Amino acid sequence: MANQYDIIVIGGGPGGYVAAIRAAQLGFKTAVVEREHLGGICLNWGCIPTKALLRSAEIFHYMEHAKDYGLSAQGIGFDAAAIVQRSRGVSGRLNGGVGMLLKKNKVDVIWGEAAIAKPGEVVVTAPKKPAMQPQNPVPKGVLEPGTYQAKNIIVATGARPRALPGIEPDGKLIWTYFEAMVPPAMPKSLIVMGSGAIGIEFASFYRTMGVEVTVVEVMPQILPVEDAEIASLARKRFEKQGMKILSGAKVTKVEKGANSITATIDDGKGGTQTITAERMISAVGVVGNIENLGLEKLGVKIERGVVVTDGLGRTNVPGIYAIGDVAGPPMLAHKAEHEGVICVETIKGLHTHAMDKAKIPGCTYCNPQIASVGLTEAKAKEQGYDIRVGRFPFIGNGKAIALGEPDGLVKTIFDKKTGQLLGAHMVGAEVTELIQGYVIAMNLETTEEDLIHAVFPHPTLSETMHESVMDAYGRVIHI
Amino acid sequence: MPINILMPALSPTMEKGNLAKWLKKEGDTVKSGDVIAEIETDKATMEVEAVDEGILAKIVVPEGTADVPVNELIALIAGEGEDPKSVSAPAAGGGAPPPAPKAEAAPAPAAPTAAPQPQANTVQGDPNAHMSYARVDQAPQGPAQAAKPNGAGQPQTGGTRIFASPLAKRIAREAGIDIGSIQGSGPHGRVVEKDVRAALQGGGAKPAPALAATGAPAPAAKPAAPQLAPSMGADQVKAMFEAGSYEEVPLDGMRKTIAKRLVESKQTVPHFYLSLDCELDALMALREQINAAAGKDKDGKPAYKLSVNDFVIKALAIALQRVPAANAVWAEDRILKMKHSDVGVAVAIEGGLFTPVVRKAEQKTLTAISAEVKDMAGRARTRRLKPEEYQGGSTAVSNLGMFGIKNFQAVINPPQGTILAVGAGEQRVVVKNGAPAVIQAMTVTLSCDHRVVDGALGAELLAAFKQLIESPMGMLV
Repeated sequence: MANQYDIIVIGGGPGGYVAAIRAAQLGFKTAVVEREHLGGICLNWGCIPTKALLRSAEIFHYMEHAKDYGLSAQGIGFDAAAIVQRSRGVSGRLNGGVGMLLKKNKVDVIWGEAAIAKPGEVVVTAPKKPAMQPQNPVPKGVLEPGTYQAKNIIVATGARPRALPGIEPDGKLIWTYFEAMVPPAMPKSLIVMGSGAIGIEFASFYRTMGVEVTVVEVMPQILPVEDAEIASLARKRFEKQGMKILSGAKVTKVEKGANSITATIDDGKGGTQTITAERMISAVGVVGNIENLGLEKLGVKIERGVVVTDGLGRTNVPGIYAIGDVAGPPMLAHKAEHEGVICVETIKGLHTHAMDKAKIPGCTYCNPQIASVGLTEAKAKEQGYDIRVGRFPFIGNGKAIALGEPDGLVKTIFDKKTGQLLGAHMVGAEVTELIQGYVIAMNLETTEEDLIHAVFPHPTLSETMHESVMDAYGRVIHI
Repeated sequence: MPINILMPALSPTMEKGNLAKWLKKEGDTVKSGDVIAEIETDKATMEVEAVDEGILAKIVVPEGTADVPVNELIALIAGEGEDPKSVSAPAAGGGAPPPAPKAEAAPAPAAPTAAPQPQANTVQGDPNAHMSYARVDQAPQGPAQAAKPNGAGQPQTGGTRIFASPLAKRIAREAGIDIGSIQGSGPHGRVVEKDVRAALQGGGAKPAPALAATGAPAPAAKPAAPQLAPSMGADQVKAMFEAGSYEEVPLDGMRKTIAKRLVESKQTVPHFYLSLDCELDALMALREQINAAAGKDKDGKPAYKLSVNDFVIKALAIALQRVPAANAVWAEDRILKMKHSDVGVAVAIEGGLFTPVVRKAEQKTLTAISAEVKDMAGRARTRRLKPEEYQGGSTAVSNLGMFGIKNFQAVINPPQGTILAVGAGEQRVVVKNGAPAVIQAMTVTLSCDHRVVDGALGAELLAAFKQLIESPMGMLV
């Protein structure tokens, strides 16, 4: 039967398309339903295009500092439209790549919006959501809306920006990440509301491009999920770059002008101030896309706006699964991908384990970069661990000095009793590429002993990771 | 590099299984989804499907091998472009236990110091040969990198390397337990932190053996549960009979499971028994009427034929709904009260028995129950039931009426809370309204786990059952 599948995945983001490919590998007849863009937010409006923007900013930054490296560069400038165009090109290329991967694995793509009529039946209708422009073309050979049957249905619908009442993004003066990704021109000034990964990456990008940036964060600490020490080091660097940061502060009101926005900000200590900027970015988190799927009608359990699963992707309704952002935090692409694989392997009856959410790394690609995995120092103490903390600054690392990147810190947290690596937190150049070393160590349950015995290559930034561990045990060499 | 095929876990509780049969030969091409082998677990025979494709290069565990632990390497598939002939099985130690002489055969007194235990069953004195288990693509490394001395907490199981994470090893060492006694749940059966923590909490691990110079037995661990007298060993039993006066029958998986589960049941479950007689005249009349009304199928046979046992299952299912407190199972630190009546049905088969479970029996019609029992019993006889078909249930029905058994007490199948033993239906003379009368009757005995079902509760359940059997129209509406 043409319309019958073993598995239908609703949503072609990083969780959904990876789940579909794994399903096809395991011999399931599989389809993905997508309404907008293969690769999801991550690839089209998130992780990937922002990395392209930040790369332009990074090179611009180096060009401005060419003299520090003995080089000369004159007439340095940029073309905002070309930067955006490059970012869209990167996204478009990968978007096409996902289509090819699905085709190669014989996964059907059904174009439209899906609702689960009943367990085993997915009804796809034409997309209603207007796609954000510029949109990548609809892939060739997609299947039309209609009714499709599947023994197993995986909900992988992702998330969307959260809107605060009264400060709803309008796409013109108040942006979400969608508009912030494709600025028609660089605004002169910008208010960024929220200092999580998304807010800080845009703040860093725009600041590097010369925009006056004010970050407003409601928590006392910017990057609230990161270790306090790392966040405060990052904050100092941002402020040195000229970013204005108001923490423990809240936007209470906005007034829109013709080409400006004025925000009233409560500083949390009884005072208020108003800031006027050309644009504002609302980056106050994301919420799961749980609506219009028929989940309530089917009795699928939902708590705090996300679908409740058992860790292996199963909801309380047999035959219906959920993975990725829609199945709860941390809302990260790599978590979604991993959940997708676990879910499909569970359907196959393979011996799967729920993912250990304490070991999922997080990366923020601002300048300086931030990367972490596991417990922060505060969380480790809160959980009752007696800890040892190691610290190693980039200034003690030969490669960092040679690169001209002496600002950075690697912090490691061990359980004093067992030597278990509880957490690792890094700020500095390229740390997002380094964190995986600690991720592997944590997943293999190495102790300080194994990490100390391992030989790290010289000269690399990774030596800071080794030294930090040794510092925790009083054996550090280079400080 | 070659692809390892490991002994699969066919159910969450499976620890080992017998490799019953290879359906592919060395040199055969296998595709994803091909059935390559049959594995006999506790009770069922299950098929193993290939996940990867290539050429079956090497069968490591021959068919007929019993008790192969889950995640053990059983075969190797040569990948694309790989010469199957060049694929070799890993050195002994990691894969199938080699028939090489083992040190345990002649138990020497333990070493006088905490010096490293000789890695007894590795081959040719290469202390690291056993490591090739996990990395079949790499040649075993030379003796230059000799194994590190074993401290406490290192594997002590006589030479087979135990895969364990460094953290697991350290926690085990500090707690003074032998990591070799812990079942690993990580990849390839690796012992990870949570396994050690679980062992510590559950008291499931043996203490590390004391390497004392005297060779005196290590002090016994404080058992978590009362220690029960061990039964006699095979040699002791055999010594009581004249040699040649018997035939030795090795235990298959099913026999071992029956032995283990029922010993556990009789030793740990506080059984008590309630019996009563049920009058069957109304039920027999109704059954006759229903069976007579059965249409014919295309072969001209009746579409269904209800047995008394089908009525018993349905009556027990409804009785459990009427007395919901009795529809429960014991779960150590809590009781699980079931919403539906999942009723097991004991099916005798060649060499043992199965209890497939009729789920939500209270909602099913008699004909549906009858068809389901017939189907599952048939598949039970060929050992083709899936584990999920015989696991669970809060109660079971065991009927020996067809053998003329008048009454008996059945052993509860843990964790079920009860089991109903059904005797033969027969004509009996009873006193009715002050005069002798001939009726049809049967005696049923409910075995109850007193931790879950107390006396009065059990009696209430049985009374509800009797009422349904004696007024069987109640089951139809």
